[in-house]
Amino acid sequence: MNNTLIDLIDISKIYDGQTVLDEFNLSIKENEFLTLLGPSGCGKTTTLRILGGFETPDTGKVIFEGKDITNLTPNKRNLNTVFQKYALFSHMPVEENIAFGLKISKKSAAYIKDKIKYALKLVNLDGYEDRYPDSLSGGQQQRIAIARAIVNEPKVLLLDEPLGALDLKLRQSMQYELIRLKNELGITFIYVTHDQEEALTMSDTIVVMNQGYIQQMGTPMDIYNEPQNAFVADFIGESNILSATMIQDKLVEILGVKFPCVDVGFGSNKPVDVVIRPEDIDLLEPEKGILQGTVTHLIFKGVHYEMEVEANGFEWLVHSTDMFPVGEKVGISVDPFDIQIMNKPESEDEEAIEVDE
Amino acid sequence: MNSKKLLTGPYLLWAIGFILIPLAMIFYYGFTNESGGFTFENLLAIGTKENFKALGLALLLSVISTGICLILAYPLAMILANMKVKRTNFIVFLFILPMWMNFLLRTMAWQTLLEKNGVINQVLNFLHLPALQIINTPYAIVLGMVYNFLPFMILPLYNVLIKIDKDTINAAKDLGATGIYTFRKIILPLSMPGVISGIIMVFVPALTTFVISDLLGGSKILLIGNVIEQKFKQSSNWNAGSGLSLVMMIFILLSMAIMTKYDKDGEGGVL
Repeated sequence: MNNTLIDLIDISKIYDGQTVLDEFNLSIKENEFLTLLGPSGCGKTTTLRILGGFETPDTGKVIFEGKDITNLTPNKRNLNTVFQKYALFSHMPVEENIAFGLKISKKSAAYIKDKIKYALKLVNLDGYEDRYPDSLSGGQQQRIAIARAIVNEPKVLLLDEPLGALDLKLRQSMQYELIRLKNELGITFIYVTHDQEEALTMSDTIVVMNQGYIQQMGTPMDIYNEPQNAFVADFIGESNILSATMIQDKLVEILGVKFPCVDVGFGSNKPVDVVIRPEDIDLLEPEKGILQGTVTHLIFKGVHYEMEVEANGFEWLVHSTDMFPVGEKVGISVDPFDIQIMNKPESEDEEAIEVDE
Repeated sequence: MNSKKLLTGPYLLWAIGFILIPLAMIFYYGFTNESGGFTFENLLAIGTKENFKALGLALLLSVISTGICLILAYPLAMILANMKVKRTNFIVFLFILPMWMNFLLRTMAWQTLLEKNGVINQVLNFLHLPALQIINTPYAIVLGMVYNFLPFMILPLYNVLIKIDKDTINAAKDLGATGIYTFRKIILPLSMPGVISGIIMVFVPALTTFVISDLLGGSKILLIGNVIEQKFKQSSNWNAGSGLSLVMMIFILLSMAIMTKYDKDGEGGVL
């Protein structure tokens, strides 16, 4: 599981004078479910297209199993892509769509027949051989696109926002199916999405990207619980991001109030950014809190209540299963280990910090 | 009568006055002789040696022209469809531009260009090259047909090709297909509706033209269109002309029926 399969080395790509990727480095391990996550224009799709061979980087190398494949055309690469809008061949029935790659690699008719059956079973669409893509729903078309890619037994499957066009319910069930498929096939999945929930659900590794740089790379839990900068904290989930001062190890001053925390090594009296997740804020009786405030908004969200609490000049976003009506005075408390301290970016440019690994 | 129906009034008048009545008249003349009696003679006149030859030649030349148009237009339409968006409109405009000029004028221009002492031969002469002697030959007619009808082939092809999702082509390559294989298995089949529209839009006017053959073929080469024209204008025999027109109509309807049978989706085309 720990062998490196793909190395992207110093990849740069510029479109019409706009830098999409800037000396981008990424290592992808065998059997990994790796997600490139970021807002549109962050370079995630370009990275995928460079891997697939549909774009050539301006500089840098793509190393696949130790070989340089930077200038190899897509049809010579041992990886397959599932496209955003499925890109099925509308003039062929499902069967021929799936057989397309196998016929090119000159497999026997019996082998192809077996493979089609196996692939359709895998994506839960047995018996759909003779249907035409137009007669299938979006979710079914997506699964055919996946079947068409995996029958070729690629080392890597590239998925470009494949669930983007599906409705919520279908998207969720497809997420579980993708995880199951990945485990059954034992191949590397490289997945591109702007949906943080999708990324958290499916990935082994998430690469958060912005403006052509990696912001943070790690497991879903790392990314969610220990965001390394304000961008990641803001992009993944909802959060309260505040400017604060690190008084000393394990003590941070937020909005003029001292909070105990668990972080060390930031120095003393240093400005920092602090992230507190809305579900980590405890609302208590006013006198029991570290900070006192007033509830200004209340929305019922189903699983929890979403509240905004005005305290010391900041609107705190709070998720809680306890309800406090608007206008009520409350105390705010945060457990020390729920306070995430981050270095402030040193200048505007560094808002996109490159992680060297 | 509601207002929506009223709006169809002008069109209805147009259809009756300029489509139905003339058609009925053609039918009437086609099935009667000069004294007004019913006859099949006018239709059967297609079987005479002279008429049959004209029809055969018209078929041959229009098939050749359609083929040449297709061969020229397909790569062109592909290049246009694959171009960066900004410049495409301008270049498509360049190809359409000749369509906006009068058809007769364009054809007469070729007549002047191709003449024995025309511009082309003067240039060739100046370069000490042998003169081009194609005016008043079937070659000149084919040239005229191709020149005049090429845009009608490019447009429907361009329209279908531009609609093919680039990722569909990328998907084929991703699955291991070479450029030629992708063209054969993906691009060509997906562009068939455009091919069929293009063929119809070039073949039908080419088959019935008489102006191109008149101007570029001299009066020596008779296509079926010329024969019909002569019947109406020179011998004032409306019955014979109508009869032959009806035969042509059957030919065209047949060929369209055959072509549209393959155009299942009916997507392509500008019409």
